[in-house]
Amino acid sequence: MASPLARPAPDWRLPAAGPAVRVRNFTRRFGDVTVLHDLEIEIGRGEFVALLGRSGSGKTTLLRTLAGIDPAPGHQVLTPAARAVVFQDARLLPWKKVWRNVALGLKGADTRARAEAALTEVGLDHRLDAWPATLSGGEAQRVSLARALVRDPGLLLLDEPFAALDALTRLKMHDLVLSLWARHAPAVLLVTHDVDEAVALADRVLVLEDGRIAAEARIDLPRPRANEAAFQDIRARLLAKLGVDAGQRRPTEGALLAFPSGEIVA
Amino acid sequence: MSSITLDRKPSSFALPKVRLRGGRWVSPLLLLLVWELGSRTGVIPERVLAAPSAVAVTFWSMVVSGELPSNLAVSLARALAGLAFGLAIGVGLALAAGLSRAGETAIDPLMQLKRTIPVLALTPLFIVWFGIGETPKVTLIAVATVFPIYMNLFSGIRGVDARLIEAGRSFGLSQAELIRHVILPGALPAFLVGLRYALGVSLLVLVVAEQINASAGIGHLINNARDFMRTDVIVVCLVVYACLGLAADQLVRTLEARALAWRPTFIKS
Repeated sequence: MASPLARPAPDWRLPAAGPAVRVRNFTRRFGDVTVLHDLEIEIGRGEFVALLGRSGSGKTTLLRTLAGIDPAPGHQVLTPAARAVVFQDARLLPWKKVWRNVALGLKGADTRARAEAALTEVGLDHRLDAWPATLSGGEAQRVSLARALVRDPGLLLLDEPFAALDALTRLKMHDLVLSLWARHAPAVLLVTHDVDEAVALADRVLVLEDGRIAAEARIDLPRPRANEAAFQDIRARLLAKLGVDAGQRRPTEGALLAFPSGEIVA
Repeated sequence: MSSITLDRKPSSFALPKVRLRGGRWVSPLLLLLVWELGSRTGVIPERVLAAPSAVAVTFWSMVVSGELPSNLAVSLARALAGLAFGLAIGVGLALAAGLSRAGETAIDPLMQLKRTIPVLALTPLFIVWFGIGETPKVTLIAVATVFPIYMNLFSGIRGVDARLIEAGRSFGLSQAELIRHVILPGALPAFLVGLRYALGVSLLVLVVAEQINASAGIGHLINNARDFMRTDVIVVCLVVYACLGLAADQLVRTLEARALAWRPTFIKS
């Protein structure tokens, strides 16, 4: 697969139209436990948002609501009709060949061609007729990405999709996701607990804590993001927000860390 | 790539394996030999057990006369008819109970209740109800095979990975599409286990059912042979039953290899 980094720099600007996702006053309880607390979130069309949080912070609950897996009737949750999820475990149907997994649920006559095109995009055109059990973890996740993309989603939900991959594969997947995002321009919500991943990929990072947005960082650094000072700075402060002391650094231009109230900490 | 090559001699590994596999035939052949010798020397009287050579001769004459093929066909038809009914009923009940809560509430307690009654204990009742023709035999086999099919398919449906169902839903599959693409293929391995049990059970019940005043079939041959103390014919029939069991097992194996080609174990082989 050719490195996506070799391609001409894509246009990273946000489209100017209304938001792709709008969540207002969203509270979610399971029994006595309030998982999400009066949440307000907007994601712009084509915007790449990372949602950081520790286990149990409610980030998966939010993703499942946006994915329509846990519908929330009576709540203000607006999403595009075309949504697609990439789960942490690829969740391919083991009894369907790779291309049939990608074509799952597609309507129309040219499903095979569409699945092939999507698989070609993720560099797996040579594995069309393979059984999922023969794929490596990285390949399975690429199939999973193709299965999401073939639906042409307005909102792409990534639920810790790279957490189970080895470090090298993860970096390749980051490049792949960025190039696919650049080409198809869906709004992306990436749920992760990897701060580096969030800072490397997203336009905006939200930190979810106890069901509330505890911090928000806009990252205007050009991609691909090198391990430069600004990167380190945002990373350190997000980690601090998550309760990890990675050494405070001087705030840098291009990054704002703000509380939801609008107070700028940087 | 590294330039180190491992000095392997596959032949030295393969040899003892071949020897071992060949060794597995020794004891059965020895047994046959001892049996034959025992019969020839008169240690084993013919009315107790016929010599293997006599059994082979009888087998051949029964094949040539058409006695064995025609009776085998009758037995097979019984087993298959019973199995077909059992399969249809078992699959129907398992789908109803597996795919809906209401179905489970209605069907599962009855099936569990039925499980406590040994099927063969129903024989007298079936004779009273259906007489001594083909109906009680086929019914007995059908009733016996319903349970392994039902039990395995039901638990297979309920055991389908919930994460896959969730994923299917998130990609907009309808309920019918979920059943077709996710739930039924996911339950297939368990169903095939049930089918294997059902085939075994159908043969077992066949043997018993054929003792009910049968006028044809392998069981009828055995009954007649018993009356005339023809131990050679009895042994021929036992061998036929054993071959039926082997064939049933092979059938399911073939089905599994085709239907479950996606499984890692089949992919490797």
